[in-house]
This record gives sequence, C-alpha cells and structure tokens, in this order.
Amino acid sequence: MELFRIKNDIPFMSYGRLTTAISLITFILAVYFLAVKGLHYGVDFTGGTAMEVSYPQAANIEGIRKAIADTGLKDVTVQNFGTSQDVLIRLPLVKEMSIAKLSETVTNALKNADASVEVHRVESVGSQVGDELYANGGLALLLVCVGIMAYLAIRFEWRFAVAAIIANMHDVVIILGFFAFFQWEFNLTVLAAILAVLGYSVNESVVVFDRVRENFRKMRKATVVQVIDNAITRTMSRTVITHVMTQTMVGSMLLFGGEVLHNFALALTIGILFGIYSSVLVACPIAMWLGVSRANLIGDVEKKNNEQEAEATP
Amino acid sequence: MNRYPTWKYILIAVVILIGLLYTIPNFYGESPAVQVSPAKASLKANAELLSKVESTLQLADIQFNGIFLDANGVKVRFNTPEEQLKAKDKLSANLGKDYTVALNLLSQTPSWLLAIGAKPMYLGLDLRGGVHFLLEVDMKAALDKSAESSVGDFRTTLRREKINYFGISREGQKVEVKFDSAAELEKAQKLLSKDYPDLTYADSVAGKEFVLTASIGEVNKLKIQEFALKQNLQTLHNRINELGVAEPIVQQQGFDRIVVQLPGVQDTAKAKEILGRTATLEIRMVDEDKKDMATLKAAEEGKVPFGDELYKDRDGNPILVKKSVVLTGDRITDAGPGVNQQTGGSVVNVTLDGRGAGIFKNVTRDNVGKRMAILLIEKNSTEIITAPVINEEIGGGQVQISGMGNAQEATDVALLLRAGALAAPMEIIEERTVGPSMGVENIKRGVHSTLWGFAAIAIMMMIYYMVFGGVSVLALGVNLLLLVALLSMLQATLTLPGLAAIALALGMAIDANVLINERIREELRNGNTPQASIHAGYDRAFDTIIDSNVTTLIAGLALFMFGTGPIKGFAVVHVLGILTSMFSAVLVSRAIVNLIYGYRRKVTQLSIGQIFKA
Repeated sequence: MELFRIKNDIPFMSYGRLTTAISLITFILAVYFLAVKGLHYGVDFTGGTAMEVSYPQAANIEGIRKAIADTGLKDVTVQNFGTSQDVLIRLPLVKEMSIAKLSETVTNALKNADASVEVHRVESVGSQVGDELYANGGLALLLVCVGIMAYLAIRFEWRFAVAAIIANMHDVVIILGFFAFFQWEFNLTVLAAILAVLGYSVNESVVVFDRVRENFRKMRKATVVQVIDNAITRTMSRTVITHVMTQTMVGSMLLFGGEVLHNFALALTIGILFGIYSSVLVACPIAMWLGVSRANLIGDVEKKNNEQEAEATP
Repeated sequence: MNRYPTWKYILIAVVILIGLLYTIPNFYGESPAVQVSPAKASLKANAELLSKVESTLQLADIQFNGIFLDANGVKVRFNTPEEQLKAKDKLSANLGKDYTVALNLLSQTPSWLLAIGAKPMYLGLDLRGGVHFLLEVDMKAALDKSAESSVGDFRTTLRREKINYFGISREGQKVEVKFDSAAELEKAQKLLSKDYPDLTYADSVAGKEFVLTASIGEVNKLKIQEFALKQNLQTLHNRINELGVAEPIVQQQGFDRIVVQLPGVQDTAKAKEILGRTATLEIRMVDEDKKDMATLKAAEEGKVPFGDELYKDRDGNPILVKKSVVLTGDRITDAGPGVNQQTGGSVVNVTLDGRGAGIFKNVTRDNVGKRMAILLIEKNSTEIITAPVINEEIGGGQVQISGMGNAQEATDVALLLRAGALAAPMEIIEERTVGPSMGVENIKRGVHSTLWGFAAIAIMMMIYYMVFGGVSVLALGVNLLLLVALLSMLQATLTLPGLAAIALALGMAIDANVLINERIREELRNGNTPQASIHAGYDRAFDTIIDSNVTTLIAGLALFMFGTGPIKGFAVVHVLGILTSMFSAVLVSRAIVNLIYGYRRKVTQLSIGQIFKA
C-alpha cells in the first residue's frame, strides 16, 4: 500500500501568502482568546483544593453543594465527571485556613452528609507553589527555545533556527488558544505536554531542513523555491505517516487514559495537528524570506558555483 | 554489505537478554507483608530481631512464606491479608514501642532475580496510593528565635559581669542593648563580641541612650537556616517512625522545603495531625509584676507592657509572659506520659539534655515562688499548656509538666515532645492524596493506553510497510522492553505522567522507522538495487534521526531541570525513551533486516509495500 503517489513537486512555496495568512489569523485568534478569556488554570497553578470523590449510587450534587456550603466555604464548584457517581469538587484558597485544614474540613463535611463517600484523590496546593510554577514553567519554555535554536544554528544555520522556533511558538500559542477558548483546565501535565510538543514538532522542521540541505547539494540547477518544494513533497509521506502513528498512541491515551491524562492527550493532539502544518508551511516560508540560500547552507567552497548558477538562471 | 559483524549481533542479543531479565520482576505480583523496623537510632535491625520475629510468629501459629532482613528492618511475607493483619497485631504487642510494625506489600520476585538487583519499577504515589506533603519551613521564625535566644544569653552575660544596661530587646532579627554611658557600651561590646563572635555589632547614640545593636551575619544566617531545616527533617523522621509506615520518604527539597511521602497511608487525618502539629515548645517566665487585673485588661485591649507578650492558658485566662525564652524544645531528649503521685492528675515527664538541665537549674533556683509558663507554639497560634509555680530548684534535668486534661492528651503531648521539637514552625503547602483503588485504576489506564496504542500502530505499520513494518514493530517492542528494564534498573519513580511518557515515547519512536522505511522506498523508486537501497536508506536517515532526537532531548532535559513531582517523572521517562529508541530503531531494526535480507544470494524484491514508480 502506498498513499502518496505524487508525480511532480507540489508548489508549496507559491501558497506562501495563503498559508501565512491562515497562520496569522489562527495565531491572532488564539492570542485574542488568551487575552479575553484567559486560561482556566488548575489548582497546581492557582492554589486551592481539588477533590475526586465517588459514591456507590448516583451522586447528589445539590446535597454535596449544601454540605460544603454549610461549613462556610465559598466559591465551591461541584460537578460530575465521567460517570454520575464520580464528582469533582474544587475550592479556592482560604486565607484564614491552612490547606491541610481545608481538605480535612471538606472531607468531614462529605462524610457527615453521606458516609458511603469514597475519596479517590485530593490535591491541595498553597499559593507559594503556584507562583513558582509560573516562573519555572516560563524558564523551562525559554530554555527549550534557546537550546533548540542553538542546536539548529550550529547544525544548520541561524535562519533555520529562527524559522523553526517561530513555527513552534506558533503551535504553542495555538494550543494555549484552544485551552483558553474551551476553558479546558490548564495543569502541570498540560504544561509537560506543551514542552514535549515543542521538542517533537521541531522534528518536523528538522526533517524538512535536512532534505533542503541535501537538495541544495544535489539539485544544483534548481532555485531555492524549487529546492524547498521538492524537499517538502519528498518528505510528505513520512510526515503524514509518522503523525498518524503518534496520534494513534495519543488517541489511545484519550480513550483509556482517564481524567488525569485527558487534557494532556488533548494538548498533544492539537500540537500534533498544528505541528504538521506549521513546521512545514510556516517554517519553510519564513526560512525562505529570511534568505536561505545554497551559499549560507553549504558553505564558501561552493560559493563560486553558486554565483555562476545565479547568472545562468534568468 | 547488509551484514553486521558477529559482535554486533551478540551485543544486541546481550542487551535484549539483560532487558528481559530486568523487565521480568514487573510481572510477578505482590503479596501482603509486614515490616518491622527499629523506632530508635540506637536499635539495629539484625539477625537477633529476625529470630525474634520468627519465633513470635511461630508461637502464634501464623503461617508466612518468606522472611528477610534488609537495611530497613525485617520483612515477612504472607499468603493472605488476614494472616498479615493477625501478624501485625501480634508483633506490635510483643515487640513494644521500640519497634515500628507496618503493613507493606512485597514483590513476589524470586530471590535469584533480586540478587542481581532486578526489581519491579518503583511506583509513585499516584500509582500505589498514599499521601504526599510538601512542607515549608518558616525561616523568618527560625531567625527570630535565634535572635530571641541571644537576648537571654546577653542578659545572663551582662549580669554576670555586672555591666549596667537599662534595656535589652529584640527588634526584628536584631538585638538592641541600651546603656547610660559610652564606657559601659564599649565594655559590653568587647565582652559580647568575645563570647558571641557569630554576631556583628554596631553602636549608635540616640539622645542620652547609647545603643549596641547585634545582628546575625549573612553567613551565620545561612547556618541557622540550614540547621533549622536539618532539625526539622530529623524531627519529621522520628514522628513518621511513630506512625508506622512502610517505606516513607522524608527529603529536603530546595532551600526551605521538605517532601514527605507516605505510601499506602489511608488515614490522612492522623498523618496530618502528627505532621501538621508543627509545634515548638518554649519555656518562659510569667511576668509576676504584671498579673493584676487592670494590666491584664489593658493588655487584652492591645496595650501589652514592654518586653511581655499576652497568651491564654487552656482555661482561657490571659497571662503576660516575658518575651525572652528560657529554654526551647530542642533541649528535650525524652518525654513520656505519667501520673502525678500526689494529685493523681495526668502529667508529662520530660528529660532535658545537659545544657538544658543546667539552664533549668539556674532559672528555677533564681525564681522560686514565681510561675514558669510552658508554651506550645503552632503555626499562628500559641497556647500556654501550663504555668506551674516553681516550688524549689529543679536539678538533674527531670521535669514534670502538669496541667494535662487527661491521659490521652498527656500521651499526645509526650509524643510531640519525644519526637523532637521543630527548630522552626512549618506549614503544609501542598498535599496530594491518592486512594488505593485510584492507584490501581491509574496503572490500568496507563497500561491500557500503551498497549492498545501499540497494537494499533503495529497493525497499521504491518499493513503499510509489510515485512519492513513488521521489523519496525519488533524494534518498537524492543524499545518498550529496554525502557521498562531501564526504569526498573534505575528504580526511578514511575508516575501516571511517566506511564503516559512511555506511551508517547513509543508513538514518537516509530518516527525513526518511518523515516528509514520511506527512505528505502525512495531509493528503490530511484531504481537502486534492493541491497543498495537498504544500505542507503539506513545511512541517509541516520543523520535526520540524530538531529530530530537531539531537539527532543533538549526539551526533555529542560522538563527534567525545571519540573517537580509528576513532571519530573514524565521527563525521566521521556529522556530515557529517546535514548532507548535510538538504539532500537537504528541498531535493532537494522540487525533484523540484515538477518532477513543480508545473507541471501539474490534479492530481487523487498517486502516494503507497494512502490509507485514515478
């Protein structure tokens, strides 16, 4: 079986304007939703308590709300997840109460209301921890970007490094945009997924760039545009197959992974879908506009050849 | 050209064999067990303890199927949970409070595997159930306390040397001593800087007052903070030992934090009570000059006399106590509940260390007839447990604290004191509890995600790339095997995000094989011979594989450096997965392809799926 039977190179670069426009619009939309709606941070970041409890029978949500409200705690959200027996309870931080006390108060209130309650998971996080996560998360993101750029700049050229990182940041912002738009919970595992996507989706750009470099050596007569078009076309089969495989695994996580892995898998899914697009159709035009050429990729030795060719092509 | 030298095949075979050996323990189940460990540092887990445990069980006629001695203590394995519970009750009754008897689960891995260090993966709390706490030490309080004790030391020294001063107080983390004349100040400074060289001194003049200010130097500050953390760690260790938990973790994290993990603990309230009662004990003098109703009333309205602090005792009566601390809880070496012979009331018997006993003797001698307050300081609240009148000089370091409500309270307070006081208060800033059923559920989720994903990928690869797809799947299988083996070997903590990382590692690792297979197809399409295509395909794809894995590795390392808890677990597996995938996707798959095609005389066709000829 072979899915990709492409006879001639697809002129991807001539769609440059269109793809850039699409990227720009999705990017601006993502930024807009991030600015207007903001991210729905999990307790990891905001501090507070999240509890997963279950009952042998369908849970009485109103009863739970009342039981907790009776303890004097405010701004409590109680909702079902998964089945009607499972309940997720969230509480913000309370200034006068330590987090240890907070979760204990709620557990006791629930037990008093219905002794059959089973507490599956409690996460209580103080404000100190959340503040640090922002700082560490930002630092990690920065380090990944700098590390990848440095490697690409050494292995290829700075133009590729810049192009790849712009393409990937575009992915990250779009993932965040999705999380803002749908108000999915943004927690630590989602952050891990985003950083993993960053590393993964750079792969795409690397594979295409590798081909571009090889083509510059082989296709001596071709223009830069032709070289890039050929590189993308030749790697397209691999790009799609790989992503389908990875997405299969991530899909399996979405299906079987349960509550904790759900948003993690969701972030990966968006990252993989946009990764295909951006690493090819965003990174390459940017690299082209930055002025990638045979000379700055292969080096001075072949500069002469290059100039002669440039004269030859009208 | 598609043949590996023999040593390469052998190398791969050996690696896979080792991988198998270290993966196997994960498939043995766990059986209920009891762990007996010494509760005191002076007691050792040795053969004597082993035989004691063994004979106890034999006498009680409790069946067990294994008994071992390791660094932590004696572990006994049972066939059923009922026998486990029976044994625990019997053992804790027989061994007394010197030993901790805890319920545990032990792997059924045979001993020959354990002997080569093959153990099942170390599961994190989210997979086995339990409680995780992150505690933060209040460093400001540690420094305040240190300054406060300097106040007491200064006073004693100045009095001893008969230097006149008219005021001494703590201002933040500084100590201010006021003098009438510059001469007295100079004399004091000379004396104090000799006796307490760790402090930095400065003098100033304000009107008629000559003020000597002593502050804690930066180096010393670090020392005090480090000490506070170490002491708190030790204290937590002791307290947790009293809880009876198998394999607890108490670790420093960063500069002022402590992680406590208690696997398998169900009763989180009890654990929190013991940890959360981050109490420190202080002994101070009651200000006997200011015990009249009027002063107390004024103090309650906020006009606390200088040098005093207002607290309430257990009955709610206000008492003014002096700010300066006579003794702190870290001078306590032992404490136990008891009964007062005369009154019959519950008491706590406290033993002080040498220096503490000396101070206590002096203070009680100088203050006969006055009251001494014993304060229990918890985060944000201070309570006077009792304020007994000193009847006589108390030497020898044996102190009886009366005023306990009942025997239970005496036991609790004694536990708190015996387990050691904290050098500074702590606060729980993170708490994660995972129920045991949730842990099992999480393992199921992670394993199902991985296996079903793997199966789907395997089917798709084999349909699309035929034999080469099969080779890729085998390589992926080896990758999974090696990854699990490596995790078992390193005993890295496996969390649910870590399980997700295993799945993701497989999903990403297949990329290398897709790259290779596509490259071989392309070479064939360009009209190369099958053998040459295989060779060129692997060769050309290699550079790309390295490049793309290095970028993924960078992301993984950043996650590892900045992540904590579950994220770190994810990062470890992610990074290891990249390393194993490079080995399996390149070396192992090539070896299999070589074995299939490399030794044939004539290969006219490769089974790599249909190839479209341009």
